Amino acid sequence: MTYKITKKSALKILAAGKRFDSRGMFENRNIEVKFGVSNKAEGSVMVKMGNTQVACGIKMGVSTPYTDHENEGTMMTSMELLPLASPNFEYGQPSIESVESARIIDRGIRESGFIDFKKLCIKEGEKVWSIFVDIAVINDDGNLIDAGSLAALLALLTARKPVYDEKTEKISFGEFTDDALPLNKDKMPVTMTFFKVDDHMLVDPTREEEDVCDGRLTVEISKPGKEEIINAMQKGGEATFSVEEVENIVNEGTKIFKKLNSLIETEVEKFEKEGKKKSKK
Amino acid sequence: MAYTKRFDGRKTDELRETSAKVGVVPNADGSAIFQQGDTIAIAAVYGPKILHPKNQQNPEKGVLRVHYNMLSFSVGERIKPGVSRRSQEISKVTEWALAPVVMLEELPGTVIDVHINILQANAGTRCAGINAAAMALAHAGVPMKEMISAVAIGQMGTTIVSDVTKEEEDYEEDGEKAATDIPIAMLSNSEKITLLQLDGQLPVKKMKEVLEAGRDACKKLHEIQKNALKEYK
Repeated sequence: MTYKITKKSALKILAAGKRFDSRGMFENRNIEVKFGVSNKAEGSVMVKMGNTQVACGIKMGVSTPYTDHENEGTMMTSMELLPLASPNFEYGQPSIESVESARIIDRGIRESGFIDFKKLCIKEGEKVWSIFVDIAVINDDGNLIDAGSLAALLALLTARKPVYDEKTEKISFGEFTDDALPLNKDKMPVTMTFFKVDDHMLVDPTREEEDVCDGRLTVEISKPGKEEIINAMQKGGEATFSVEEVENIVNEGTKIFKKLNSLIETEVEKFEKEGKKKSKK
Repeated sequence: MAYTKRFDGRKTDELRETSAKVGVVPNADGSAIFQQGDTIAIAAVYGPKILHPKNQQNPEKGVLRVHYNMLSFSVGERIKPGVSRRSQEISKVTEWALAPVVMLEELPGTVIDVHINILQANAGTRCAGINAAAMALAHAGVPMKEMISAVAIGQMGTTIVSDVTKEEEDYEEDGEKAATDIPIAMLSNSEKITLLQLDGQLPVKKMKEVLEAGRDACKKLHEIQKNALKEYK
């Protein structure tokens, strides 16, 4: 919970174009990535954005396809707001925050064509791979949608398929192939959420900042060719946005997309180099 | 092949045949039915009333609660009745679309329940739901700053169209999905956006065109809402 008195001083500081931690309005916190937080998962990662910490694990299974997509694999995204992460999170039915965040992250990945679902078909109409993208919040200090999405992308990019026995039609869990998931890397969507407080916009808020904001607009952008494409958007909270504000957000979004995109590339390259070193031993 | 002619022959900025009526649920404090082509939404408002249990009351402002529900027989393959992840999300974004105009600060300790049900679905159900709910709120006499209208703008291939149908939502080019769906809700006077969602693939530079199409469509829808409210006796 953030107190009203904090909101007052936050507003005062934000109105002067400043932030509690002296960052710029469109400046992200420092991002740290650690791969392989669970060796049982097909892919896993811990992402830190300032004090926000989010883990993501990819698990795979074999299931029957949906009747309207008989030759396509499936994906399910979930986000758990673990009570370990904040005094504000509780056990029980998933809250609307957790449902909405997972659905926003899911939408960008699905709509961008980042995953080639047709290549996840084992036997048309009968058996397909399913990908479970499970995000767990370990410490909440704001901006969970962006952090969760970044973790999901990194985990997907570094996941390896488990061994599948076609005779018994079973997965040997814990044994991995060298096969990555069928991804169209050029279509990778990056999630950026812009927060609004009074007439000010900012990105990557801390929990204190996020609690004083009136609303947000999430934009998911990919760049499959020469131009940037928006794959998903979602307005959240009771704030309203003018047409001009939306246009500005989308333009700022393309700038942040560039930065996060190259961060992801660098991290995945590092991961792959380390993997090669290990296999040589 | 480019999408030059719409499946149902409409112009790109033409809305489906739209009708609206208030006062359709006698028990409710306010109600309305809104039909956009084959999509029909019915909304009822109960309240403002004292919120129970009392510990959920807000002493500073009233609470707006929206419940969006698709009836099991409103679509082709029956959907399981009850709350789904989808309906939870739509309820929440609808709440955020309506709340900015409802003068909740004048109604401390109370709750306003808005129940939206979809009788028949052919795309744009959340938008029809918002249109019906906004009218039901006005019909209930809830103090509001402005009216709210909503429309689904779409991109078919590279063509921007207003008020998409299910057939358009599923539009494909070369066997690939080529439709983008962008529901927008806008206020009648200030033209502020209170709902904005998107899924698909929209070039950044086309955002402006989409928002302008949304603004024009919402203006037309607002006239229909206004007339239906005036006609109510």
